[in-house]
Amino acid sequence: MQLLFLLEQVVNGLVLGGYYLLIALGLSLIFSVGGVVNLAHGAFYALGAYISLEIASRLGFGAAVALSPVAVAFLGILFERFILRRFYAADPILSLLATFGLALVAEQSIRMIWGAAPLPAAMPAELKGSVVLGDFLFSRYRLLLLAIVAVVLAGIWTLIHKTSFGRVVRAGIQRPDMVAALGIRLQPYMTAIVLLGVGMAALAGALFAPIALVHPAMGAEILNVAFVVVVIGGLGSFWGVVLAALLVGVVRGVTIHFVPAAGEASMYVLLFLLLMFRPRGLLGERIDKFE
Amino acid sequence: MTSRRKVLKAGAAAGALAFGFPAIVRGQSDKIKIGHLTPLTGFLGALGEYAVKGLRIAVDEINAAGGVMGRQLDVMSEDSVNPATASTKAQRMLDQDGVAYLMGEINSASAKTIMQVAARNKRFYMQIGARSDVLRGADCNRYTFHVDIPVTVMVNAEGQALLRDGLIKGKRIFSLTSDYLFGHDLAKGAKAFVTANGGTIIGDELTPTDTTDFSPLLLKIRQAKPDMVATNLGGNQVTNFVKQYAEFGLPYPVAGFNLNTADAWAAGDGNLSGIWPTVWHHEIDTPGSKAFVAAFRKKHGQPPENHAWIEYVSMHIMARAMTETKSTDTEKLIAYFEKQPEFDLLKPRKGYFRSWDHQLMQEAYTFTVKPKGQAKDKWDFLQFGPAVPRPDQPLELLATTQAQNTCKM
Repeated sequence: MQLLFLLEQVVNGLVLGGYYLLIALGLSLIFSVGGVVNLAHGAFYALGAYISLEIASRLGFGAAVALSPVAVAFLGILFERFILRRFYAADPILSLLATFGLALVAEQSIRMIWGAAPLPAAMPAELKGSVVLGDFLFSRYRLLLLAIVAVVLAGIWTLIHKTSFGRVVRAGIQRPDMVAALGIRLQPYMTAIVLLGVGMAALAGALFAPIALVHPAMGAEILNVAFVVVVIGGLGSFWGVVLAALLVGVVRGVTIHFVPAAGEASMYVLLFLLLMFRPRGLLGERIDKFE
Repeated sequence: MTSRRKVLKAGAAAGALAFGFPAIVRGQSDKIKIGHLTPLTGFLGALGEYAVKGLRIAVDEINAAGGVMGRQLDVMSEDSVNPATASTKAQRMLDQDGVAYLMGEINSASAKTIMQVAARNKRFYMQIGARSDVLRGADCNRYTFHVDIPVTVMVNAEGQALLRDGLIKGKRIFSLTSDYLFGHDLAKGAKAFVTANGGTIIGDELTPTDTTDFSPLLLKIRQAKPDMVATNLGGNQVTNFVKQYAEFGLPYPVAGFNLNTADAWAAGDGNLSGIWPTVWHHEIDTPGSKAFVAAFRKKHGQPPENHAWIEYVSMHIMARAMTETKSTDTEKLIAYFEKQPEFDLLKPRKGYFRSWDHQLMQEAYTFTVKPKGQAKDKWDFLQFGPAVPRPDQPLELLATTQAQNTCKM
């Protein structure tokens, strides 16, 4: 019985990991290709949630989940074009400062537009409640969330591993100089990567709005988790991020099962232990430009 | 070597003296400077925003009416951030900004450190929104007065309502507790009440204040199959929990020993259920409450929540105290409040600060959720109950007695 219940926590952790994945994958892609740690990534997640609420109040929940990521992805293009682009070749500390500053500005802007108080967000009544499969209890809404994550994941994987677009991106991660020598400009690819990454973060925000608090600091909160996932997963590896997100979700769930008070600390302990033995992360590749 | 060090020390002291002067000069300026600290970020930040809004309305009213003793009030509100920063800022406000006294706070752990600053400097502190019992008990000091209802009152008000609905006697109760000073205090009070009234706490889980996902705990609750889930959570935690509890749709009734109206509003109609305690609500039928609600609505386009109210009345209480003592002097203010004058709290009954533990005696309320479809707007889904204690009962009924309270001034 105890074992079965533990298994239920593991499965629940996997679901949560799927949601971490939506945010971490974009962060990892932007880092791998552009060499930029985007500390403003959480801000796009928060914007995704806030804009989804605005859309939901007018056009309904489905439209909000579909349109909010598109709107935020458009902001992402502007962000890449006018800010991020200046820092690809620069000292990493500059991009850290710029994106960190942007994250602060974004959080304060949200506070000024929508107020510091959390906004109420409802989910459609038919998605409420849970499904019991065997001995396991699942929230109906989270199953839907998991399905959406799976579809997005499959899409991104296909894009990166099965298309010519993906070949350039993968080559760009390892040898940007060779890609340039072949006469291919990486710039438009980077714009597309930022668009995808930011869009996924916004999708996560829109999907999580009905079950977690929508408040100005939500972006800063999630960025910590996403960053831990990226580092654990290792750079340049699609499956590394996937594995890491699920692992963090499971470790957190199991820790809460035994020692609830240590729930939020568990992922940092995991990060610490992993970096002692595998400094490059779980499946991280050797990337010359970062060595 | 020794002599050089002495010279340096003397130089530093002279320097400090020179820098100290402008602060004193500023302190005697025309305005009455007041230092106000409250969390504006973090898991209590949303409540702090209401606190500042309520305080501003009171300050504007007082200044428009000519100020206090003919002097305008100049309140500096700052984010207290965390207990360490709160204490640093409080000390800075006294030393450098020349404030007459300190007020504010919601976080019990931060309030505790500000109280220490007040005691160390022998300066007045009006502790407004932190609810932990120990602040009024073991950690009390004579420089601090407490406005909000403490844990004991919330537990008793809430507990009586639960007892009436048959949710405690003989029931198995699973509780979740916020892992900081206030949560621990609340859990202790709740457990004592439940046990004394024939219920059993079958599980009590500590939850970090920054928890956003409660799903592993919801699974534990399902496994425990309790008769009721009781929450001792604070701020954003309550809202997150309530939303996810509704998401999973677990069948056990929920009650909580702490909830602010803002947390309830953020949870949204259709997610919240159960019985909760509060200190004030915007539907109280007194001329004072109506006027305040109207002023707040006019300025902010929504009803005020309880932290806006409490800052509003606290500012008016302080203005009256300064006017009647004709002073901002700490000792005179303490002597004034210890005479137990009665203050209008915009509720049916007036309140007073008990002289021996400095906590405000006042009415409390419980609320539930209106049946589906009855809410007029998104602020209107809460159903408020009558005041406790009842009009015919003594005001101190729900508070700790002198025998229970360990406060020694």
